[in-house]
Amino acid sequence: MLKRSVYISILVLFCLSCSNEDIGHEPTPQPLDIPTLFFDNIIAPIIPTDNPQTVEGVALGKKLFFDTILSANGTQACASCHSPQNAFSDNTPTSDGIDGIFGTRNSMPLFNLAWNYGERFNWDGMALSLERQALEPVENPIELHSNWEDVVIRLQTHPEYPELFRLAFKTSTITKELTTKAIAQFERTLISTNSKFDRYSLGETTLTTQELNGLDVFLREDKGDCFHCHGNPNNPLWTDNIFHNNGLDTTFSDLGLGGVTGDPNDNGKFKSPSLRNLAYTAPYMHDGRFNTLVEVINHYSEGLQNSPTIDPLMKQIDIGGVQLSNQDKADLIAFLLSLSDPSFINNPAFQN
Amino acid sequence: MKSKFHEYKKINKNDMSKTVFALLLVALIGFVSCSDSDGVTSSTQVFTTFKFTHNWDGTPVNHSDFSTFQYTNANGDLLSIETLRYVVSDIILTTSSNENLVFDVYNLVDVTHANNLSFTPQILIPKGSYNVSFTFGFDNEDNAKNYLDLNSESFNVPDMLGGGYHYMQFDGKFINADDAEQGFNYHVIRAVDNPGMNPTFPQDTFITVNLGVINITDDPEIEVQMNIAEWFKNPNLWDLNDFNQTLMPNSTAQIMMSENGQNVFSLGDVTQ
Repeated sequence: MLKRSVYISILVLFCLSCSNEDIGHEPTPQPLDIPTLFFDNIIAPIIPTDNPQTVEGVALGKKLFFDTILSANGTQACASCHSPQNAFSDNTPTSDGIDGIFGTRNSMPLFNLAWNYGERFNWDGMALSLERQALEPVENPIELHSNWEDVVIRLQTHPEYPELFRLAFKTSTITKELTTKAIAQFERTLISTNSKFDRYSLGETTLTTQELNGLDVFLREDKGDCFHCHGNPNNPLWTDNIFHNNGLDTTFSDLGLGGVTGDPNDNGKFKSPSLRNLAYTAPYMHDGRFNTLVEVINHYSEGLQNSPTIDPLMKQIDIGGVQLSNQDKADLIAFLLSLSDPSFINNPAFQN
Repeated sequence: MKSKFHEYKKINKNDMSKTVFALLLVALIGFVSCSDSDGVTSSTQVFTTFKFTHNWDGTPVNHSDFSTFQYTNANGDLLSIETLRYVVSDIILTTSSNENLVFDVYNLVDVTHANNLSFTPQILIPKGSYNVSFTFGFDNEDNAKNYLDLNSESFNVPDMLGGGYHYMQFDGKFINADDAEQGFNYHVIRAVDNPGMNPTFPQDTFITVNLGVINITDDPEIEVQMNIAEWFKNPNLWDLNDFNQTLMPNSTAQIMMSENGQNVFSLGDVTQ
């Protein structure tokens, strides 16, 4: 009995000594609501065991995502370059940071990120998890140009954040790791599966003849042959989430994946972006060089540039590409636009 | 994870009685082996591991050898390998009394990323002597199923090309007749004619690979060797200048691939 009293006393002292720890509150689990189309066709999303989705974590992540507190001068947030109305991308070829300096890469749209099974993020695959991805832009001198020590201090002295962190992570002691965990939780909720084509796949609507012809162009190996890199009706992610040199340049000012791996065979390779929500994500390619889908398709049809690392899936490079007819191009664009999801960009849960 | 594990499937498609017998035999042994009070599985049953290795006429090939022009095919074309992944399925162990144990499994061997080069179906089998065979690709019944992991890998074949899945994606580059680098996509699928709404299938192109008889005495590791050079060699001397890309809708090419694939695989070392 005496021993028991001693144990209890020690426990009480331990609790008192850790006043920032909240052992009474448990965050409310909020598992991802997996859409039927994904559940029926692709494997489960990647949720880190050390960062489960919770109501409080997602809410905190959302607040952080839209908060300019992460930037050095309080003028920009994650959402500045990842706007809901642009499917969490932006509408310029590259993005300017807080100092008005433009970077070299197009802002990647954000959706269905939990289904990136390889967990390589960014155009070049630099970030090896969603949590790690969120670390870099805060300190990047041409993005939020802050530093995490200052950010943590600002968050820690904020009237609301310590309590929100306590609710989400059972501690009001804020760290950069917890900050990016919360942002990642919010980002994983950005799920887009309600395009016209999704409803067609579910038997809820029909496609126009032109859209169906465009799907045919997309899937035919002797026409567009887009499916080898950009998915198919059975892979509704519409990307393979891996890295290809798609024949943009003969030499590379941006090495892409090669700059990360150091392997010259990876030079000029960039992640295949999803073809969902193209209606909202122009301009296109890793450097935003193409303003329209017409330009993109013309590239694959007649504009391929050869280089040592060009993907062997690229066809007829000697004549610039797959030589689609104007009708094929128009049909293909009609199909591609059927992959856009207006309910995603207007989802109230994703707005500031 | 790309491997699917199931219990025994349609054992011996031609002889259901043997199938049932085999199932009962395995189940009985399973019960006996699990009756030990200490919970330790009896050594009368073993797991089989299949280790997939790759070579070019005897020279080992792994992903670190990719993207370099260093292989010359039987036609004399210098080539590089950039992507190599393929499906094996329906591993069949046949006893000396002609009973078949079928592992209703599949495995996507991804040499490019060195994934699933070793595959252990989670099925115990009795020790003994078996003829071991498997299917390269999928038989037509299995090819019509929906595999979430293969969908996630974008391994599908479009419906207008017959649907289902690639049996193999083998991409690379070769030096063509104009002395220029050119891509090739040696993609093996179920041969199809009349691509479109109502495709037709001229003949099966999945391959039954027979590794021969193996005496299984303990948890064995069975090496399955793929000689990549064979895809270009026999009986069809493959000229990449003629057959390089857009081969999926080309049933002639698909049938030639299937013919050449008959001698691609062989049994390597068996360790146990």
